[in-house]
Amino acid sequence: MKAYQRKLDIRNGCVDLSHGSGGRAMAQLISGLFHEAFGNEWLARGNDQSAFDVGAGRMVMTTDGYVVSPLFFPGGNIGSLAVHGTVNDIAMAGARPLYLSASFIIEEGFRFADLKMIAESMGEAARTADVHIVTGDTKVVERGKADGLFISTAGVGVVPHGLDLSAENARVGDRVLISGTLGDHGVAIMSKRQNLAFETEIVSDSAALNDLVAKMVEAGGRGIRLMRDPTRGGLAATLNEIAQQSDLGFHLREEAIPLKPGVAAACELLGLDPLHVANEGKLVAIVAPENAAPVLAAMRAHPLGRDAADIGEAVADDHHFVQMATSFGGGRIVDWPSGEQLPRIC
Amino acid sequence: MKYADEFRDKEIALGLAKTIRAEADPQKLYRFMEFCGGHTHAISRYGLEDMLPKNVRMIHGPGCPVCVLPAGRIDMAIRLAERPDVILCVYGDLMRVPGSQGTSLLKAKARGADIRMVYSTIDAIRIAEDNPGREVVFFAIGFETTTPPTAVMIRLAEKKQLENFTVFCNHVLTPPAMQNILESPDIRNIGRVEIDGFVGPAHVSTIIGTAPYEFFAEEFGKPVVIAGFEPLDMMQAILMLVRQVNEDRHEVENQYSRAVNRDGNLRAKEEVSDIFELRDQFEWRGLGQVPYSGLKLKRPYAIYDAEVRFDMHELRVDDNPACECGAILRGVKKPVDCKLFGTVCTPETPIGSCMVSSEGACAAHWTHGRFRDHQQRRVS
Repeated sequence: MKAYQRKLDIRNGCVDLSHGSGGRAMAQLISGLFHEAFGNEWLARGNDQSAFDVGAGRMVMTTDGYVVSPLFFPGGNIGSLAVHGTVNDIAMAGARPLYLSASFIIEEGFRFADLKMIAESMGEAARTADVHIVTGDTKVVERGKADGLFISTAGVGVVPHGLDLSAENARVGDRVLISGTLGDHGVAIMSKRQNLAFETEIVSDSAALNDLVAKMVEAGGRGIRLMRDPTRGGLAATLNEIAQQSDLGFHLREEAIPLKPGVAAACELLGLDPLHVANEGKLVAIVAPENAAPVLAAMRAHPLGRDAADIGEAVADDHHFVQMATSFGGGRIVDWPSGEQLPRIC
Repeated sequence: MKYADEFRDKEIALGLAKTIRAEADPQKLYRFMEFCGGHTHAISRYGLEDMLPKNVRMIHGPGCPVCVLPAGRIDMAIRLAERPDVILCVYGDLMRVPGSQGTSLLKAKARGADIRMVYSTIDAIRIAEDNPGREVVFFAIGFETTTPPTAVMIRLAEKKQLENFTVFCNHVLTPPAMQNILESPDIRNIGRVEIDGFVGPAHVSTIIGTAPYEFFAEEFGKPVVIAGFEPLDMMQAILMLVRQVNEDRHEVENQYSRAVNRDGNLRAKEEVSDIFELRDQFEWRGLGQVPYSGLKLKRPYAIYDAEVRFDMHELRVDDNPACECGAILRGVKKPVDCKLFGTVCTPETPIGSCMVSSEGACAAHWTHGRFRDHQQRRVS
């Protein structure tokens, strides 16, 4: 006789410690909720790992943890973010992302309905980015030991032949291209913080950039020296990192940097520099000057690069300063952000 | 962004810069102190120094309330926050201010103290309502601008009959500090700095008006121009100061007329004087004890005074002897003159007060201006 098991009460139920204990409840959660949302042939086989074929060539691998608060924000949630973030980290190598893993640390009492919504967002984000979540893990911890839900994803991808994007590759004279407006994600998150709630139409830019990257690689080939997604620390941290690693400096033009008026206003109000605020669907590309125009055109032709702009150039500088001509007419440094202006944004 | 972009217009800025160059006498030095951290920030954020002739020099004053808070007051707050019954509510930029021996509120929080960052005084009231079994203390700091919100909060606590709510009051006053800078130049043996005029406070003046500076301009013979925090406000104020110097005038002029009048905000002043009274003296980081420069709660409001309720005792901590903040706050030295600047003292690990807040002279120079210290190619 087949043992009876009550169906998951998605609408009213919540995760308890039994869902992490390796028993039937856990199996039910995994198959009833996660497999349902991620649905693919690898997961369906139900192994502790997934086997897949990859073509010859260089592979990239990356991993990232997601602890964002709040879990749901305008323009996404922790699930879509966990897919986009890892896909983008792979894509920044110019690589085509293929497979992801996902590990969930869930606090007991977490509502099934929320978990389902998050898992479905992950599934949808993965399908849009054309990657598959092929293995995963679920742990449940006692109340108070995790803030609802933490997700950790890892991913692998394949780099097109001959491409070697890396942070030490920038050369003096290279152009700095960005794919769109800055600071949208950070401001969207801040607007929903409990002690800071303010009204804004800004939504997170969280998105998978792999398709945009593929188009850029097509247009620019080896002329693209490196790409980075300016997440925590914003554009400022990203360019300072590259300046250090490539042993040069940058000169930017503030006027050229695209910014949504709502983001500019929120930053003004909160005393933040938009160049320090996080993005989750933007990239910075350092491109050889002769390739800059075609790469920029390819970016602008893509929906995720509509507002792409050439914002400056790499210069010789032993001090690795990122300098900027302000739109007011003076000059200043764009420094690393310091301190903890916005904890837990991703 | 409406009401902001208009005051950041490049063409107008270039026009003003040209006029300043034309009118500033090349034989003369123009040394102007901008009092407020907001001004200091605007200068560095927009690169104003690049637009001024060499003989017009801006000296960054002590007008950043976070920067001038002495380490002893931070230690007092940490000691309070370590009590298990206390929730300490603070403005975010206080978190990294160094106390004695490398402590800070941020580190105390990591060790388990219940310290919460708030964005408004109302948040602190809400926390007190939500935690009736805990003592909620609001760490009040700031110049005349942030004092009225603290006063309003005390009124609200009174109305709501909140018994678990107190204020650790560190509010300070602008005019006594300006006077102190000019009046007692020999404190800490740093010598007198020549100041030819002041860019007067923006937000502070919306509350106190322009009248309090009149005595000051008269008594010390220094021109004062009250200016807004936008870069064009600064440029225009500098031009007005250059003209006063050229014409040998020393008056209080109001560039920020869109927000400031002579009498200030009467309602706010009334609220503040109802609830607060002057302390005999208050310690400023960098300036030392400044008479009649700080506020405390009046006796009828003592039940809301954390210093009374928790029997807090004044702690005195000496600043690092190598730190030049005192001289920098008075305009005697520049950030680069300090041995600690950029070595052990950076915005991540501030030693002195000027490095703490983005409005401090050292942090502003480090964050936005230090490329000028090196003979690098200019931004084209």
